[in-house]
Amino acid sequence: MPVEIYLNVAASGLLTGLVYGLMALGLSVIFGVVRVVNFAHGEMMTLAMYLTLVLFGATKLDPLILLVPIAAVLFVLGYLLQLGLINPFINRPEHSQFMLLVALALILVNLQLIVFGPDAQGIRTAYSFDSFQLGPLIVDASKVYAAGAALVVAAALFAFFRFTLLGKAIRACADNYDGARVVGLNVKQLYALTFGIGAACVGAAGAMLMVVGDVTPTIGPAYTLLAFVIVITGGLGSMPGALLGGLLIGLTEALGGVLFSPSAKSMFAFALLVLVLLFRPQGILGRKAA
Amino acid sequence: MLAVDGISKSFRGLHAVQNASFEVAEGGIVGLIGPNGAGKTTCFNMIAGVFRPDAGQVRFAGRRIDGWRPDRVCAAGVGRTFQIVKPFAGLSVLDNIVVGALLQSKTVSAAKSDAAEIMEKLGLGAKRDMLASSLTLPDRKRLEVARALATRPKLLLLDEVMAGLRPTECDQIVAVFRELNRAEGLTILLIEHVMRAVMALAQRIVVLHHGEVIARGTPDEVVRNPAVLESYLGEETEV
Amino acid sequence: MIARLLEGVPRRGLVLLAALLALLLVFPTFASGYLLSVGFLILYFAYVGQAWNVMMGFAGQLSLGHSLYVGLGAYAAAALYVHFGVSPWIGLGASIAISVLAGAVIGFLAFRFGVAGVYFAILTIAFAEFARIGFDHFTWVQGSSGFFLPVANYTENDLWNLRGSPTMFYYLMLGMTAGAFVLCHALLRSRMGYYWLAIRESPEAAQALGVNVFRYKMIAVVISAAMTSLAGVVFAFYYNNLFPEQIFHISRSIELILGPIIGGIGTLVGPLVGAFLLTGLAEGMRELMLQLGIDVPGVKQVFYGFCLLLVVVFLPHGVWPPLARVLGLERKG
Repeated sequence: MPVEIYLNVAASGLLTGLVYGLMALGLSVIFGVVRVVNFAHGEMMTLAMYLTLVLFGATKLDPLILLVPIAAVLFVLGYLLQLGLINPFINRPEHSQFMLLVALALILVNLQLIVFGPDAQGIRTAYSFDSFQLGPLIVDASKVYAAGAALVVAAALFAFFRFTLLGKAIRACADNYDGARVVGLNVKQLYALTFGIGAACVGAAGAMLMVVGDVTPTIGPAYTLLAFVIVITGGLGSMPGALLGGLLIGLTEALGGVLFSPSAKSMFAFALLVLVLLFRPQGILGRKAA
Repeated sequence: MLAVDGISKSFRGLHAVQNASFEVAEGGIVGLIGPNGAGKTTCFNMIAGVFRPDAGQVRFAGRRIDGWRPDRVCAAGVGRTFQIVKPFAGLSVLDNIVVGALLQSKTVSAAKSDAAEIMEKLGLGAKRDMLASSLTLPDRKRLEVARALATRPKLLLLDEVMAGLRPTECDQIVAVFRELNRAEGLTILLIEHVMRAVMALAQRIVVLHHGEVIARGTPDEVVRNPAVLESYLGEETEV
Repeated sequence: MIARLLEGVPRRGLVLLAALLALLLVFPTFASGYLLSVGFLILYFAYVGQAWNVMMGFAGQLSLGHSLYVGLGAYAAAALYVHFGVSPWIGLGASIAISVLAGAVIGFLAFRFGVAGVYFAILTIAFAEFARIGFDHFTWVQGSSGFFLPVANYTENDLWNLRGSPTMFYYLMLGMTAGAFVLCHALLRSRMGYYWLAIRESPEAAQALGVNVFRYKMIAVVISAAMTSLAGVVFAFYYNNLFPEQIFHISRSIELILGPIIGGIGTLVGPLVGAFLLTGLAEGMRELMLQLGIDVPGVKQVFYGFCLLLVVVFLPHGVWPPLARVLGLERKG
């Protein structure tokens, strides 16, 4: 196959990977700070995708604009979830927390199945069939816009955690739970805020993905898994790691799909995951646990 | 019976133990003392197999055991307790000890009777069926010791067993150790801060400070050693 | 030997168990068709939940990819039967061997490299997904188009080839479930059982008492895998069709752990209670909805989700411990 095809596929993979990265960023923030394994992550994203579908149908506004209210809705959802349901679980054994979120995921996926049905649904925007040409590269306009939006949101998130007082407070909680409490931080509130932020990321990513593809309820679990693979590969607790992981996975999947077979592409993501878990469990950019 | 020869261990640049050497004769009781952070538990962990020494050797009954896995070290005859007790919370007192006894008694029923014996010896008989999680701290310490004893060790490593015990409780356990040492020749190496116990039990004392051995000798000798006093109390300052 | 197994079991518990067994034995005489298939399902989930429980409840390792062993077991026995006419009673040897190998690989990778907790769970998911996609492309067993066993008319039961009526499968499953129950009871009482519990509570303390943690964790994983693969064999011959998308899917993995979690992890009776409650209630609800004219896919799963949620939040140790107290059966395991 000519090199151009590989380059195009790679570029496409990288762009989608950025959106994956944003989704994984949400997971990384949640896991990194609250230490909760959000097994319902992908299902939250499909929720956001369906929300986008519905809002788009009602308002005909571009999903990339809709991502703001959708992220806000998911923020509130995440906040309430953490405050109401998950906070009491912080001191319970790990598998208990895990199961709580598995239950939530189960409920979310099937509620979506009941309400929206199993068929794939998508949206068409003005630029759905446009593409950009850059030398030998031809990339979908929708992917470029989505990736751009992902970068903007990610940058905003970095800035938040780096420069704002609230962001620093959250990072303090992540580093040292007891220390943060001693210093007077309302850790439970901050946890809820963090989950909300993570959920908002997922919401934004969902809106972006609707620009790029369709939604069915069953892709929820697949995305949960993907998010974990990305976060573990890129490095838990590392925000650049999540984005890097997203790029890597997006690339691997795209190239794997074209080199072997489209349905086998996730095999490569899993193979990568196993290798990372074995040989570098802290991920590429992660810090080794103290 | 136990010979620790020039062992060292660093953790990311922090020298926890440096070139420590000491011996424990068969049938003897040796106390390992020193201020907090001196490296005592790290020594234990190297002997028990939790860490591999960066340098040096650990010899037990003539064989090198440094680098052996903890379960292999235990099978060779070294029992240990943990500074922060680790009971099997969901199991009963008896069952906790049975786990230890199963090392030597291959059937569960034999292990149960062995465990019951040791349970009585340590004064836990009345609490036989209580869950370990519901025990008070002194009882948890007794359980920790009973469990280790159930493996019928030749050498017992005790890590701050007396901490948190009242003087009478402390005396009780000391009496148990004295008896085991006298009657069965159990060799004991103990880390202790509670001087009452150390003076009552130890025949010889090794003092660690900043990871190095700074003194060795009988309790009387060590207690009068200026270097030891300095390590615990600090230097005298001119006023 | 039987005396030793029964030692320490409260009299009342034995009576209840015997009554339950009697009830299960005569069930097919007054139930047929749909009810009988529900009965089979309950026993199936009780069995497979018990098998999973060995890994989780005894060795403390959370596996979310157990569908791997079901699928491997199913495909191995089915392939040998369809391609070579080998009876599943012999074919199950291959099922066990392959599942044990898979379990051993996962266990080895996990325990040698210190992959634990959440990471272990994700590792198990990855392997199951890998198998799902892999088998989609496995042409010898027809890949994603599905592998079919020849279905004969049930004129007579052929136990040797596992061709027969639902009643035959019901009793087969009952035998397996009872066998698993007795096996796990015996295991828990054994030296190995004590070591497993110790490892679950505190691996470091266990090691300090001479327990080779790696070896016993591996044994738990391998036993669990072997037991689960047998469920796969039955699955293949009962349903007569295998699709990688379905049998290796993560929802299967989650489905089979719902029973023991709701019933009570680490207890012997937990998986049984959980399977009865869950499948019984779910099918009951389905019936109700059919009567009401509602037929929406996904309602059953939402129901499962809520059950799981309620149990996890309010009854973290499962339904069995409070139930045992009510029945006056306070004892461990």
